[in-house]
Amino acid sequence: MTKLSREDVLKLARLARLALDDTEIEAFRKELESVLEYVEQLRDVDTTGLLPTTQVTGLKNVMREDTVIDYGVSRDNLLRLAPAREDDEVKVKRMIG
Amino acid sequence: MSQWLPIADIAAKVQAGELQALELVEQALKTIADKQDFQAIIATTAERARERAASIDAAVKNGQPVGRLAGVPFIAKDNFLVFGAQTTAASNILKGFDAPYQSTAIERLEAEGAICVAKANLDAFAHGGSTENSDFFTTKNPHDPTRVPGGSSGGSAAAVVLDMAPFALGTDTGGSIRQPASFTGCVGFKPTYGLVSRSGVVAMASSTDVIGPLARTVDDAALVLDVMAGRDQLDSTTIVRDEQGYVNLSGDLTGKTIGVIKEYMAEGIDDGVKVVISDAIEKMRAAGATIKEISLPSLPLSLAVYYIVVPAEISSNLSRYDGQRYAYSAPDAENLEESFSKTRAEGFGNEAKRRIMIGTYVLSSGYYDAYYRKAQTVRTKLIQEFAQAFADVDFLVGPTAPTTAFKIGENASDPLQMYLADTMTVGPSLVGIPSIVIPAGTSDNLPVGLQIMAAQRHDRPLLTLAKATEEVIA
Repeated sequence: MTKLSREDVLKLARLARLALDDTEIEAFRKELESVLEYVEQLRDVDTTGLLPTTQVTGLKNVMREDTVIDYGVSRDNLLRLAPAREDDEVKVKRMIG
Repeated sequence: MSQWLPIADIAAKVQAGELQALELVEQALKTIADKQDFQAIIATTAERARERAASIDAAVKNGQPVGRLAGVPFIAKDNFLVFGAQTTAASNILKGFDAPYQSTAIERLEAEGAICVAKANLDAFAHGGSTENSDFFTTKNPHDPTRVPGGSSGGSAAAVVLDMAPFALGTDTGGSIRQPASFTGCVGFKPTYGLVSRSGVVAMASSTDVIGPLARTVDDAALVLDVMAGRDQLDSTTIVRDEQGYVNLSGDLTGKTIGVIKEYMAEGIDDGVKVVISDAIEKMRAAGATIKEISLPSLPLSLAVYYIVVPAEISSNLSRYDGQRYAYSAPDAENLEESFSKTRAEGFGNEAKRRIMIGTYVLSSGYYDAYYRKAQTVRTKLIQEFAQAFADVDFLVGPTAPTTAFKIGENASDPLQMYLADTMTVGPSLVGIPSIVIPAGTSDNLPVGLQIMAAQRHDRPLLTLAKATEEVIA
């Protein structure tokens, strides 16, 4: 049986960059624990000799010519979506130091 | 009785000048306004729709060809990027997002003259099976407003059944087109994975997401698919379309071998649903099909596979919502770390957070092999079993969901309970095969949809069979 601790949830929240308060942590802890318990049933399934599936199309190495395609998206249209902008740059909080 | 002609007829009349695109748009907008209590629509694209209609009508006057869907209004699930209205995916984190480009599916429909008139409600980010997870409001089932329309394409399905437009677009990752089609009583088609480009559609689980139509008839759904289907440079997972396309379907049930999925007809399915499905299968037999029982022994595991693989892919796809380049950004963040985590905490709803955390868990160091890798390997088993089944039968049938539309709020307090409602639809999604749902009758006055599946890339034979079945079980 999977036991999910409060610390486990805090770790997941940190990895996923989600700020959670105390009530949320406990609520999610219970819910996630029940889902993880349900999916545990795969542990005992015999998968000898089988490889994992990563995609179902069977396509490989889909290529195209290395030429620029203009599909009508302008730089300005993209930049104006940024929450903070300075000239032609997206502005973010300090990352280093 | 629908106010709309079959889609091909609408387009022909518009081309002939007998119908005006502008009138059709106004008709759709009026119905949307009249039926607003059902809360199927997040926003209309009225202004842009009227402009496009006017230019189509002008082109007709000039004797120019205007496309196979000329003047046909449609509604797009709000996870399709489209010009003329925000694209929110029904999430607070995307509120106000003005798309800088459109989805390929919509570009192709518009190139043939179709006109998007509104964006439909959904479970936020398509996470759900009832449309109750929309961050904005819940859509009501057209047959009973105290019940859900299903999800996550609940708004799209309700819109079609409420006659707001002749067709709507949905997405299906584990049943999100098929289950609402069953709960509301319309046709919902999930094509083979890769047949329709996902470019410009908000990603949920990249290895199972597909785009598909919801409509009143199989013919209408097939025409919409025909316009959208085929390789797209912008989506390298797209596959080649059928040489014959998906229209001009003709064929009947004689000589077709249909496998009834044993594991779907066992316990856990409502008696009322079972009766409708069994009756439908009997009618198929009477029309000349050979019916066999088929067992897919790993199918009961498919939900567990799904709820490992899909949250994993969700956690990856939703990592882009970081408050830096577009969409919601927490205004009071003091540093980068806070900017990320407050943005996501404030912008995402509970179900998104749940799935992100499940995904993060199963992909994390120490758990990846036991959960994610194991699930993807059981997935291989499922693929093999379905392939074996299709060596034995031409098509597979079964119910779409264990129940009819449940009451609003009934499953809301137990996420796992909600997930269990997906039992019958996740299999085809994981395996990548096409599956269609057509109305098969009612149980206690609530619609029940019959689910029919075919082998990968057998979309045309599936649509042909579905059309024949539609006539027989009407």
